[in-house]
Amino acid sequence: MAIDREILIGMFRVMVRTRCLEERSAKEYRDGHIPGNIHLAIGQEAIAAGVGAALRSDDYLLTQHRAHGHALAKGVTPERLMAEFYGKRNGCCMGRVGPLHIGDADLNYFGGQGIVGSQVPIATGVALSAKMRGTDQVTLCHLGEGTTNTGRFHTAINLASIWNLPVVYLIENNMWAYGVCASHSANIENLSDRAIAYGIPGMTVDGNDAISVYEAVSKAVARARTGEGPSIVECKTLRLDGHYSADTQVYRDKTELEEGWKREPIKRFREQLIATGVLTEKEADQINQEALAEMDRAVKFAEESPFPDFKEALGDFYTDEVKK
Amino acid sequence: MREIEFTQAIAEAIAEEMERDRTTFMIGTNVGRLGGAMGQLKKIYKMYGPERVRMTPISEDTIVGSSIGAAATGLRPIAEVSFSDFLTVCWDELANQVSKWRWSLGDKFKMPVTITSLTGGGIYTAYQHSQCLEGMLIGIPGLTVVLPSTPYDCKGLLKAAIRDDNPVLFLEHKYFMISRPKSMIPEEDYTIPLGKADIKREGNDVTVVATGLMVHRALAAADRLLGKGITLEVVDPRTLVPLDKQVIFTSVKKTGRLIIVTEECKTGSWAGEVAALVAEEAFDYLDAPIKRVNAPDAPVPYGPAEDLYMPSEEDLIRAVADLTN
Repeated sequence: MAIDREILIGMFRVMVRTRCLEERSAKEYRDGHIPGNIHLAIGQEAIAAGVGAALRSDDYLLTQHRAHGHALAKGVTPERLMAEFYGKRNGCCMGRVGPLHIGDADLNYFGGQGIVGSQVPIATGVALSAKMRGTDQVTLCHLGEGTTNTGRFHTAINLASIWNLPVVYLIENNMWAYGVCASHSANIENLSDRAIAYGIPGMTVDGNDAISVYEAVSKAVARARTGEGPSIVECKTLRLDGHYSADTQVYRDKTELEEGWKREPIKRFREQLIATGVLTEKEADQINQEALAEMDRAVKFAEESPFPDFKEALGDFYTDEVKK
Repeated sequence: MREIEFTQAIAEAIAEEMERDRTTFMIGTNVGRLGGAMGQLKKIYKMYGPERVRMTPISEDTIVGSSIGAAATGLRPIAEVSFSDFLTVCWDELANQVSKWRWSLGDKFKMPVTITSLTGGGIYTAYQHSQCLEGMLIGIPGLTVVLPSTPYDCKGLLKAAIRDDNPVLFLEHKYFMISRPKSMIPEEDYTIPLGKADIKREGNDVTVVATGLMVHRALAAADRLLGKGITLEVVDPRTLVPLDKQVIFTSVKKTGRLIIVTEECKTGSWAGEVAALVAEEAFDYLDAPIKRVNAPDAPVPYGPAEDLYMPSEEDLIRAVADLTN
């Protein structure tokens, strides 16, 4: 299908911004400014961008732990993300939870999870809610290939299929679940084949190609929005960084990474956009420069934001006090 | 006023709240025509149909997990997990999600989820349908835990739980569904605030803090001890978390003696938490060591051995004798 120029450029911009955010947060982590640890999606930017472009702003997005790009694609600003990474009060979660659990419910971005698979049943419930409330909002649930082997992948998608809920489960197959290789985790080539078990469509696409992702997700979203029910979309990609930033990756062959970098999505998409006249070299460079400047502003914002005081960090939780 | 039993209390509370608020719905394995694993949902399905009474496959994690997603986006789910033993299957949903997700995302939405679950012994079905796991459930900040002992309390507390904008785990003692204790309730709408204890019997000699079925055993023990001139003050917290500490402290101040009787294994129990609170904050009121009367640290055995496993009136009377001799 012919894709609007604006959408193509928008996806490219999200990819570049995501890469810049990842690289900048890796630097700030190494320099000791990010107190916990961070899980980078370097190499997986096309998926965030394709999904972001396929969703409407009032659609719901739930995700896992490698989600900085998903947040950007849903409209969370780098300032609020970086401030959250720093644990600052002006972060998107008030500095309470850090990079692993970022979300912004105001944008219907229900954020990340530190436990593999937690988001899948919740996404089913968000989709149920949209259906019961009679809206046409679609829920998209990112999950890694590791999640497809947990029990909740089954119970949550099974329920969504029985009730024909407006939800898309997107398997971001980056071939590694921390140190466990995808080929050691499942006895099938395409994880979207698991859709057969639920009587719903399953598609597998090249997750390093933003256009393929966008087209597959758009199709699944349209299906969900018109009441035809859930789908599974598998996007095959490769994690080009560690599970988390300090991961030494002793379990991986160097050649895998070398080959992986040859197929990385941003360079490829840039060349494609330039070759087809969507962007000039200069315009593409400018997008990169703008993203770098944006991350400078994000770091400055994070540095200048105060930490939450301890009471704000805890919130109004009660333990043994009678609340009412 | 009219008299009701537990199954009516549960069904009436849910029906009234579903009538009151169109966003309220039920979700769970046994909520359909079956009407709850022990008949406690009666005609709810018939009244509200499959749209609002949503029967699910056996998928406890997704029953609670999907309730979380629905609650965050404007609905008010009542999730039914048939037996409290099965709560172990949705531990992430309880310990990390329903209780903490709203906080995690900066308090931008409400989490009005009520999880109902049958608990405790009384039907001789051994260790996977009879446990009391309160000790595991109370250490989850953000999760209110309720365990009523009378139909009156049950109805008022369940209505309050459903209306509450925070998650509530509402435990229903399964023995009450077959022993069928009754209460008088008012005709008009009423709720009982979460986090308020009730003194079920006033007395001067020993404070007995009891929950669920054990409230009835404490009252029976209190009756038997009257002849010996010993009066028990039976305190029913009704809500285990947040706990109404003051009522317990005030009672201990009066009696100087404290026994906590629950159906849990002793180690890691809610009973231990109450003992610790009194030791920390009301130690000077005590004239004797705190005693706990609990089940042994062992699985609930099958059949009549369960009678020996569960704390009895006699166990409680022996504990009172230890403290008063």
